[in-house]
Amino acid sequence: MITAGGDPIYLDYNATTPVDPRVADAMLPYLTGCYGNPSSSHRLGRQARQALDHARSQVASCLGCDPDEVVLTSGGSEANNAAIRGVVAARGGGHVICSAVEHPAVLEVVLALECEGRIELSIVGVDQWGRVDPDEVVGSLRPDTVLVTIMLANNEVGTVQPVAELAARCRERGVLLHTDAAQAVGKIPVAVGRLGIDLLSVAGHKLYAPKGVGALYVRRGVAVEPLIRGAGHERGRRAGTESLLMAVGLGAACAIVRAELADETERLTGLRDRLESRLRAGVPGLAVHGHPTERLPNTLSVALPGAHAHRLLERLGDRVAASPGSACHADKVQVSHVLSAMGVEPALALSTIRLSVGRFTTGGEVDGAAELILAEVAGTRAGAGFQR
Amino acid sequence: MDVIYLDNNATTRVAPEVVDTMMPFLTSDYFNPSSMYDAASGPAAAIKQARRTIARLLGKVRPDEVLFTSCATESNNTAIFGTVAANSERRHVITSAVEHPAVYNVAKELERRGLEVDFLPVDRSGRLDMADFVRALRPDTLLVSVMHANNETGVLFPVEEMARIAKETDPGIIVHSDATQTVGKLPIDLSGTSRHLDLLSFSGHKLHAPKGIGALFMRRGTRCRPLLLGGHQEDGRRGGTENVAFIVGLARAMELMAERRDADEPRIQAMRDRLERELVARIPFLQVNGAGAPRLGNTLNVACHFIEGEGILYQLSSHGICASSGSACTSGSLEPSHVLRAMKIPFTAIHGSVRFSLSHYSTDAEVDRVIEIFPSIVANLRRLSPYWDAAANRPRPEAMSMMDSAAAPHS
Repeated sequence: MITAGGDPIYLDYNATTPVDPRVADAMLPYLTGCYGNPSSSHRLGRQARQALDHARSQVASCLGCDPDEVVLTSGGSEANNAAIRGVVAARGGGHVICSAVEHPAVLEVVLALECEGRIELSIVGVDQWGRVDPDEVVGSLRPDTVLVTIMLANNEVGTVQPVAELAARCRERGVLLHTDAAQAVGKIPVAVGRLGIDLLSVAGHKLYAPKGVGALYVRRGVAVEPLIRGAGHERGRRAGTESLLMAVGLGAACAIVRAELADETERLTGLRDRLESRLRAGVPGLAVHGHPTERLPNTLSVALPGAHAHRLLERLGDRVAASPGSACHADKVQVSHVLSAMGVEPALALSTIRLSVGRFTTGGEVDGAAELILAEVAGTRAGAGFQR
Repeated sequence: MDVIYLDNNATTRVAPEVVDTMMPFLTSDYFNPSSMYDAASGPAAAIKQARRTIARLLGKVRPDEVLFTSCATESNNTAIFGTVAANSERRHVITSAVEHPAVYNVAKELERRGLEVDFLPVDRSGRLDMADFVRALRPDTLLVSVMHANNETGVLFPVEEMARIAKETDPGIIVHSDATQTVGKLPIDLSGTSRHLDLLSFSGHKLHAPKGIGALFMRRGTRCRPLLLGGHQEDGRRGGTENVAFIVGLARAMELMAERRDADEPRIQAMRDRLERELVARIPFLQVNGAGAPRLGNTLNVACHFIEGEGILYQLSSHGICASSGSACTSGSLEPSHVLRAMKIPFTAIHGSVRFSLSHYSTDAEVDRVIEIFPSIVANLRRLSPYWDAAANRPRPEAMSMMDSAAAPHS
């Protein structure tokens, strides 16, 4: 179903994932019936409440926390906004630390808070592999630091941050740690207890649930002011009628992750490495971004020297779906802030594409995509040579 | 047992046509609308089309004035916190005492943050006094936020008129309305009668789209900061990957509501009127909350003196009838609703309120069933009530004297 017909070979699982058919099946009864409001006391309401409770417990089991530590949100971005603004508001401001490679849903929030004069902000850099240095983070802590927010895994290059170590060292100093785990959940084991973090964001559509749902783990006892106020939904932490359908989807997706992750990680690594070796064979000087070992098993961010990533992807058009390592804004190509922070040369960054495999990727697709990409790269080079 | 669902102001069933429209985006068309490859143009185009449809149905406003959110609560939070953050030179806000908690509690939070908020009172029918409103307007008034129709009683507020007065007094005043209960049910013309409104919130799940999608109309030029940051989506006014399926579902649901409105509204109102008439005729000491005020045609809120709403709902539920006491969002709490308190519903009735709210899917047979069952439920509960003289089958004299005493004001 996933790549039938004219659909491209989909290697963009870090952008979004298809809804797993099992997730869709779990959601279907709530799409066509059982439409009660979980806050209603009548039969349909109670049915809805039970389904919501079940979904929440599935999310909690996946993360290794208690259901009442899970706040359902409309997505990963809302979870990040709620975590950061919520902690800052509860503490009445202070000093916040984040990394230079955070997702915009973290970076824009801390920058806005700094602009609003509510916090002082320290942004710590990363090494050539995109990793923060725990000593540098700890060295940036101040007596008035209220929050450190460092992502668990980077969306562009897949580098996994030393979050467990950071959490332990922050906790010694009584500082809360939030991690954006949007890219990690479903790809690597994420257990909040083992990580020792205080707040963690989840995005449904990165783990085969639909777009429009996410979750925020808030360790019991951590004070967070709500971002969205109103009636007492989510134990007063997030107002708005719960999206039962979305919650059921997220719950089912989390249950699948919990059951299948161990095998999946290995399979993804195999596919990703196969893709890398196929490309390496055809592109001299190919450079892989991200940490050699501490990296998501599915993510391959590669510079294809001589290629222009945007044009390459445009030509691949409807055959291979992947993302460039740079963003096009109003016809100006902008090197990604992640690659910049890693010190990647602009020319290399502009030749970078991100390939991310996932649950429905097959070996055949990987081989096919590699072939298509190599053909285009060869064509680009020939073209460039001709122009000269 | 079949369920008779008369709680459509709490939430509605998803229309089958809406399900059909959404399905491709929950299965094959899963691409991120922000991606650059061809396949992603499907979801991106679907969002664009949905935005256009909704803009047209709100009275031919500009598509970029429609902002998608996760629910009306988020829309309300965005509208209120956003305008307050973007207009720091003004510190006064006017709202009503009967707003949904998604506005009421946000306004309370503004008070805690040092703004001045006027909560306009309502009379016993739930109506605002326009003179109160005009008197409340001040040179430093930043925002007027008044709901279009009350979720509990269905009472309609003259928001168009209030917006006009506010703008004529001072064009700098921003006017917001929570229209969650009216969009779909009533025509809204933001280029015509409602042209003075700057912001309008609504939600999908009150109009047969799913829970988890809402929208905020934001007139061009309105100074309002985003609530959710972190992406270029919605022109930078709301970060987060778009919920493509539900956005498409919202547009389809609004189309259906508009197509069916001319046929549905008179039919639904006739059913509601018949229910109201029959219950009033059959049950002594029953009052209609909001009677005498212009009201939504689908809503009937009755107060049964001397008994408790929760007991009534429990009995109704055992007959498969879904209704509510006050609003779903505050149910489970034994506190009487702030709306009924503001209306000074008598002490003997404030706990005995039941709301029936009808929809396109409601039938005459369902209404008949309620007319048949409801009076006996009330009679049975009254026999157990300490305020009721079971032998004489009438209220005790001391209870009668309490009937006129209004509920204590909301603390």
